[in-house]
Amino acid sequence: MQFGIFSVSDITRDPVSGETPSEAERIDAIVKIAVKAEEVGLDAFAIGEHHNPPFFSSSPTTLLAHIAALTERLVLTTATTLITTNDPVRIAEEYAMLQHLSKGRMDLMLGRGNTAPVYPWFGQDIRQGLPLALENYNLLHKLWREDVVDWEGQFRTPLQGFTSTPRPLDDVPPFVWHGSIRTPEIAEQAAFYGNGYFANHIFWPTSHSKRLIDFYRQRFEHYGHGTRKQAIVGVGGQAYIAKRSQDAVKEFRPYFDEAPVYGHGPTLEEFTQGTPLTVGSPQEVIDKTLTFHDAFGDYQRQMFLIDHAGMPLGMVLDQLELLGGEVVPVLRKELAARKDPESAEAPTHASLVKAKYGDGPARQPRPNANRGDNVTGDSPYQDSAPAGADE
Amino acid sequence: MSTPKEPYRLAVVSAGTSDPSSTRMLADRIASRVSALATERGAAVTVDVIDLRELASEITTAIVSQLMGPKMTRAIEVLGRADGVVASAPVYKAAPSGLFSSFFHVLDNDLLIAKPVVLAATAGTARHALVVDEQMRSLFAYLRTMTVPTSVFAATEDWNAAELGERIGRAAIELLLLMESGFAEQVRSESWKSYQHEYGSAGGTELDIDLSSDLMRLATGGSAKPPRRD
Repeated sequence: MQFGIFSVSDITRDPVSGETPSEAERIDAIVKIAVKAEEVGLDAFAIGEHHNPPFFSSSPTTLLAHIAALTERLVLTTATTLITTNDPVRIAEEYAMLQHLSKGRMDLMLGRGNTAPVYPWFGQDIRQGLPLALENYNLLHKLWREDVVDWEGQFRTPLQGFTSTPRPLDDVPPFVWHGSIRTPEIAEQAAFYGNGYFANHIFWPTSHSKRLIDFYRQRFEHYGHGTRKQAIVGVGGQAYIAKRSQDAVKEFRPYFDEAPVYGHGPTLEEFTQGTPLTVGSPQEVIDKTLTFHDAFGDYQRQMFLIDHAGMPLGMVLDQLELLGGEVVPVLRKELAARKDPESAEAPTHASLVKAKYGDGPARQPRPNANRGDNVTGDSPYQDSAPAGADE
Repeated sequence: MSTPKEPYRLAVVSAGTSDPSSTRMLADRIASRVSALATERGAAVTVDVIDLRELASEITTAIVSQLMGPKMTRAIEVLGRADGVVASAPVYKAAPSGLFSSFFHVLDNDLLIAKPVVLAATAGTARHALVVDEQMRSLFAYLRTMTVPTSVFAATEDWNAAELGERIGRAAIELLLLMESGFAEQVRSESWKSYQHEYGSAGGTELDIDLSSDLMRLATGGSAKPPRRD
């Protein structure tokens, strides 16, 4: 079981101080937050992707590569990478590069993005968002598994004899999570490929997320990747922690009340009652998080949203101390005691290498010499099978 | 001896804001008339009232954040299982009140499909009489409900008029006949799939997943459409 934090990268006015951080300050802060996440013993850090103010994270792999260089253990991931407006070829290249630089300490979560004006900036149309997401992933999947790809779809220029470089580290593609709140097709795609399924689990009650998690588990088994219990499930959540419950409520309320998305809407009490948000003592966060396990069964990754709505850096770092110091160790113990031996461990690069090669050596692709035209043809690597050999 | 029928479930939605409110009183008069007519015809009606003034803050919350509070959740359950609906609004500024419209705006588009509905409104002046037919009816057409032919409108001067009672009677029998016909149930059992739904819509009851759709084929590595033949 992995625990981590995910950030949407919003740059929001601090409603208490009245200050809005600059882009430079917020970008520096997120690096400190990620490094701190490792220090306090968390396993994963995820950043979102946005292409409009007031967000900074237009280029997640650049940020994550930098954090990878500053950390040793933390898994760097996304929440989410836009599989709609990004060219899947660029996703294949950029994340394979990140995988090399982080020595496999990365994976990624794919999402559609729900900001309609963003789509046309990248030549796309939100009304085609779902087919675009599905088709783009089909291509991405191929690009990471086949050295030379011929491909034709509805949304992108066809590819003939294309090789995405660099090839994934050890020729083992990065693990992919498909994020979805209410779209069965996305859960189906995750199940079909044996990938992970992630439920955002921020705005809706746990019962809502459970429906598609159960569907995904059932379909994962249907496609022969393992039993339902062996399916790979990740879940979001949101917490504000203080030693004393009443302090948590007092400190968090101004940020909650002015938060983007749900601010000026429900009260803090209504929202904590109706959604996975906990505002309280470490024990209260532990208790609520265990209710997720009650609903979903063993799952592999729990992410918390703890830096948003203008919370200053110091406050977020304090949250990390409490999350890493008091909440997660208890959860690890509790969930380890509850774990069904049949359920899967969280996938890592090492586990995927082991699954592919056993104890044997991993493939290390070495390109053939450049023939002068910068196009390597159908056998770009020294060990590539010549064209048609696999048919 | 025939087996006794399940009582009809009538949901009353009132957007009146005072207590007592004339908007609620109008809705209650329609509901009790439906009950009385049903009794005469050997049937029974159970009435669930959704008083929107008690849901006001949950309605605004749902509009800005999609969070459904416990009272909204109960109201959606009541409407989802209703055989018929009485919807009653006060007219403000030549339109049904914002509270009334907002409540219906946050419901799933498929929650009320084919259900028979009596539309009713109250106002301080008869100049608002067409609000029901010109504004409320279009909202309920969008929700694909079966609105009864008679609209019930009551301005201040109508409360003591026998004609209001007659209109209530007309609307009530129209509603009852539509409930008796089983129209909504039959549309839903025979044609539910031909309406647009989202996963989890119809108040969280629409959970069917069509695994044979074009999108599902695309999700599982296929192509959405057959390749072009140029």
